[in-house]
Amino acid sequence: MDNRFNFSSKFRLANIFSLILFATSLLFILFKGLNYGIDFKGGTLIELRANNISVSEIRSELKNMNLGDVNVKKFGQDGDFLIKVEQKTNDGNKIIPQIKKNFSDNLNTQINFRRVENVGPKVSSELLQSGIIAISLSLAAMLFYIWIRFEWQFSIGSIIALFHDVVITLGIFSILSLEINLSIIAAVLTIVGYSMNDTVVIYDRIRENLNKYNRLNISEIADLSINDTLARTIITSITTLLALLSIFILGGEILRGFSFAMILGVVIGTYSSIFVASPMLKLFKVTYKTLEKEEEKIVS
Amino acid sequence: MLNFSKINTLIIYFIFFFVAIFAFLNFQAKDSLYIDKKINLGLDLQGGSYLLLEINSDSLIQEKIQEKVIPLKKLLKENKIDYSNFKINNHSLTLSINDFDKFDLLFNSRKDNLVNPYIDNYRSYELAYKKISDNQVEIIFSKYGLLTINNSALKQSIEIVRRRIDDVGTKEPTILQRGEKRILIELPGLKDPERIKALLGKTAQLNFRLVSESSEFGTDKLISENDEKLNVSKRIIMSGENLIDAQPNINNQNNEPTVSFTLNRLGAQKFGRATTDNVGKRLAIVLDGEIVSAPTINEAITSGSGMISGNFSFQEATDLALLLRSGALPTPLKVVEERTIGPDLGEDSIKSGTTSLIIGFILVILFMFYKYKIFGLIANTALIANLLMLIGVLTILEATLTLPGIAGIILTVGMAVDANVLIFERIREELKTEKSIIHAFDTGYAKAKITVLDANITTLIAAIILFAFGSGPVKGFAITLGIGIITTLFTAYFLARHLTSLLVLNTKNKEIKI
Repeated sequence: MDNRFNFSSKFRLANIFSLILFATSLLFILFKGLNYGIDFKGGTLIELRANNISVSEIRSELKNMNLGDVNVKKFGQDGDFLIKVEQKTNDGNKIIPQIKKNFSDNLNTQINFRRVENVGPKVSSELLQSGIIAISLSLAAMLFYIWIRFEWQFSIGSIIALFHDVVITLGIFSILSLEINLSIIAAVLTIVGYSMNDTVVIYDRIRENLNKYNRLNISEIADLSINDTLARTIITSITTLLALLSIFILGGEILRGFSFAMILGVVIGTYSSIFVASPMLKLFKVTYKTLEKEEEKIVS
Repeated sequence: MLNFSKINTLIIYFIFFFVAIFAFLNFQAKDSLYIDKKINLGLDLQGGSYLLLEINSDSLIQEKIQEKVIPLKKLLKENKIDYSNFKINNHSLTLSINDFDKFDLLFNSRKDNLVNPYIDNYRSYELAYKKISDNQVEIIFSKYGLLTINNSALKQSIEIVRRRIDDVGTKEPTILQRGEKRILIELPGLKDPERIKALLGKTAQLNFRLVSESSEFGTDKLISENDEKLNVSKRIIMSGENLIDAQPNINNQNNEPTVSFTLNRLGAQKFGRATTDNVGKRLAIVLDGEIVSAPTINEAITSGSGMISGNFSFQEATDLALLLRSGALPTPLKVVEERTIGPDLGEDSIKSGTTSLIIGFILVILFMFYKYKIFGLIANTALIANLLMLIGVLTILEATLTLPGIAGIILTVGMAVDANVLIFERIREELKTEKSIIHAFDTGYAKAKITVLDANITTLIAAIILFAFGSGPVKGFAITLGIGIITTLFTAYFLARHLTSLLVLNTKNKEIKI
């Protein structure tokens, strides 16, 4: 790749853009909140398939049962519906047989209950807790790994980029009111891995170029390194996105949220390794001496 | 980096073929299994029920603390400690004492006694006490004591849950302990878990108690099957523990479903004595605090067997017999999490998962070929090898494949080429400055190595954490993602490198373009 981009001149603009996006996401997460699914909020979920039936019929049938907050929507293909009942009492699993009986008694059609899930309040709060722990732990593990393999400046820089990715991904989920469930946590963790992967490739090159070109400043080094690895960054993003788009379009309704989160994450993660992780090194005033010091320490 | 000794080449291809061959085991016909290894399908793909049950040990703790009352009083008396205001609360005992020091010395004596029966073996106290006021103490179960109670209740519950589920006859159930208070149950292929849930929802504590004519002291007011209010004596003549067998039956006289039971020797003795002494009185058969039926004793029953009738349907009689055979649960069980997937949704998931895998795979392969031509072919060969090895390893481990697991495989396909892309791009750079092409390839591989390793280890860390914290389907994702990274490293650094070396070393310098 011979036509080189001057990335470092755009760093300031990109950082302002990132800050706005980050702050907006944070505000949405804090004030609008995340739309937790039954995995994290508790409650009952029923996916059913039936012909000649409308959302309103199902809704009115459930209304008669007095279950409290009920959400009915179409799900995937025609005739598929998703019902969500919020946790009202402690004994959620008793309402499943009730609903099943009521439906087969009162709705004049063959109903196929394709999926029934019920998560109690205790389990859902534990799942949420372990999800948060998992994400925090993965960030901490990355911080530690990069700190060992590089220097602390790199480690902090990459973690800020990761934090940026996670918050913005969740922020977009909050803005679009998309459901957060167990598979979204899996997606977020994979995003952490993927974004780190991208950042490491660039950092690796920055380290190499710092050693090679003593006279260049960090902006020039970052520019050079980003350009060196740009082809790889783009090609890998494309192949990963191709695979993810295939899941998003063909993988069915259950994987849609997961693949959407991953697509967001890959795009944001690729952006952040260039425009967030690299400028951080400038902020920390990294020079070739940073690396030398580290080596001296090891020798002594 | 391009020189492979013969032995290394042999080892690389041996490992590849050895692992990849397992991938094909999944496709062989059922009756011709030479090696019986296969990837298991998760509940979300084959359909079935997942239940998480929790024991509720409240009543058990209450019972256990009451059992401590007599030994404790005796112990205090033996040690000449005066006490007053002895009270039994839900989960604790409170009492007032004057000589507090002596009490403390007794309690923490580090010797086996009636209160702390296993201090010698376990170095832990079963009971603990805390001071609530100057002379009042509250005695409760210690953390260790509670753990022991929960643990034994859980072990016993698992045994009984297993008996009940086996009795219903579902295929290949999984029943596991989860933490201190929970039981995980997986029932593949089960469409409707309601019957199992109903069976596990009953503790099935069965008692035979006499019906008392007056509402005198020591009776419970219970409602019979005919909505009759009866006073039932608290004294238990015989309980479900004395049962050896119970079977559903049809009564010859009125064609009514009944449950016949057989008692052990002790039970038969107790039952015989009680029925001999109380001919003409009514005997209440109480299950979980509800009267099943309360027939009049017509004659002494000494044979050690009997019959329970109570307006059952045949299904109810079958279930009652099953519950009695399996024994009583020590505590009630509650379903705290339930997930049931219908078999047709599972099939749909397999279909859509496989379709997206194939399409994603083709897209990546086409793109790589477009981008790198001949080297794209090498990367693609490595990718196919990678997929075979990934499935092979999953087969060797007999791992469980879930829908997110399939997503993990597709994602691996997308990300696996990264290693080769990194290497090829590096070689491209080296080719610009290096004159010797072989040398350029050599340094390209060498320099890219660290980056490839670093980049993949970060994803591996994420996968490991996901495996540790994820549950069910998500765990399946972590497994495929994690194994995918390892097979990716192997195929990129050994297989693809070997193919590249064959290509580079056998072609004239100028013909090579990447």
